[in-house]
Amino acid sequence: MPLAKSDTGVVRQSILYRILIKTGELFNFTMHFFARFWRRPFEFRELLRQLDEIGSKSVVLTAVTGLAIGVVLAMQSRGTLVQFGAEAMMPNMLALSVIKEIGPVITALVLAGRLGAGIGAEIGSMRVTEQIDALEVAALKPFHYLVTTRVVACTLMFPVLTVWTDFIALSGGFIESSLATDMDYRIYISTAFMSLRISDILVDTLKTGIFGFIVGIVSCYLGYNVRGGTQEVGRAAMQSVVVSSLLILLADVVVVRLSIFIFSSV
Amino acid sequence: MSVQTDHIIRLVNLRKSFGRYEVLKGVDLDVMRGRSVVVMGGSGTGKSVLIKHIVRLLEPDSGEVWVQGKRIDLLEKDELDELRLNIGYLFQSGALFDSMTAAQNLDFILDRHTVMSKAERRDRIDEILSWFDLVDKRAHFPSELSGGQKKRIALARAIVLEPEILLYDEPTTGLDPESVRTVAELIVSLREERGITSVAITHDILCAEIIADDAFFLHDGRIIAGGSLDEVRAFDHPQVRNFYGQPLLNRPTTRL
Repeated sequence: MPLAKSDTGVVRQSILYRILIKTGELFNFTMHFFARFWRRPFEFRELLRQLDEIGSKSVVLTAVTGLAIGVVLAMQSRGTLVQFGAEAMMPNMLALSVIKEIGPVITALVLAGRLGAGIGAEIGSMRVTEQIDALEVAALKPFHYLVTTRVVACTLMFPVLTVWTDFIALSGGFIESSLATDMDYRIYISTAFMSLRISDILVDTLKTGIFGFIVGIVSCYLGYNVRGGTQEVGRAAMQSVVVSSLLILLADVVVVRLSIFIFSSV
Repeated sequence: MSVQTDHIIRLVNLRKSFGRYEVLKGVDLDVMRGRSVVVMGGSGTGKSVLIKHIVRLLEPDSGEVWVQGKRIDLLEKDELDELRLNIGYLFQSGALFDSMTAAQNLDFILDRHTVMSKAERRDRIDEILSWFDLVDKRAHFPSELSGGQKKRIALARAIVLEPEILLYDEPTTGLDPESVRTVAELIVSLREERGITSVAITHDILCAEIIADDAFFLHDGRIIAGGSLDEVRAFDHPQVRNFYGQPLLNRPTTRL
């Protein structure tokens, strides 16, 4: 039953009902995006600004994340690999873990934290201060200007930043390995990529485009539909991070399942 | 649908509800070309909801909204945007784009809706800012401006495309009396010098007295009085008397 009466007599919507309504609205918003993003006006300047905002300003954050992943993964797995006499396989293990799963997912989650909150709060505060209405009244198509540019920028930049994070993570793994075992970089590189297929690298990197789309569309939807004041803006920012992160994890399961089905990889 | 008439704006039996709360209960309003109309009323009577229908920021549940002979509530998106270029809107909060400077707020609109070169746009912006005595504020961000300055920049932005209609949502709210007078006199000069038709929503009596050619009083979702400002002021209705500061004679006494 969607509505229930509380002890104080106030009629409340059940949580499940609200989730279903929000899911439907998000779906509509997404359809709206697909119906509009190929139509004029194309806000190239704003898109470039967003690519810069999302891309170049996330470089340090993702680099630190990647370095930590690479170094820690190398340190923690060495003991186990030595036990099985497979220390030479360390670069291979690192590359498989980083490129196929840890790099894409951790990068996406870190970016969901930074960008989800930022986009949700920015668009939300524009809504409550009537700036979106001002764009609408001036015939400036706020959906194109605010939503399309951010969603496209997120979709494009996530794979790029993932490649960057993977590169730094593998470099971190190499630094750790060379300090611990004097490993040569040529051996490191050749071992690292020996059991990776191009399809693995492509699918697992490009799937972050889907993660970027999720972060963009969810954050824009929550920000665009803020009603009320600053408290709701804060809530939209927080929900953008939470919902994006959950959907990223869910989408990861689906994409991995599909890629295994399509490419028969294990 | 298009009709030629002297009424530049016409609302016919406009109704709007939010959930179970009916805000507008059948509003009829005519605005003649070149006139300055003020819609007054207390807080929560639906004034802002009414003005937002004129530019279709809200869509009516029923009724008709005519602007420049066109049913704005029925227009397709592209036609709507074309019509909106003829309407300037001053928001209650100013609604300046806070990531842009004062000049960029104007340039943003000029850049997208005109074929002016960068130099031409710059000259045009300086010209408009000079009307409002704000040229020295062109590089300031909204957060660096006072309330009155923000309102004036927002007004400059509203007229940057030289619209035929200007809508003002509480143009003087939150301003000191001197700024109220300044903004109100700017509104008058825009009508007198440029022939702009204006509709202002306000509960500020001083502002209404300065700018109104015609006045309407909105109460409980309906226009209950209309005419000149003096006629509205003299209208014998408890809410009108209360609005003008005369106590309601039959107001029930409350005990603490």
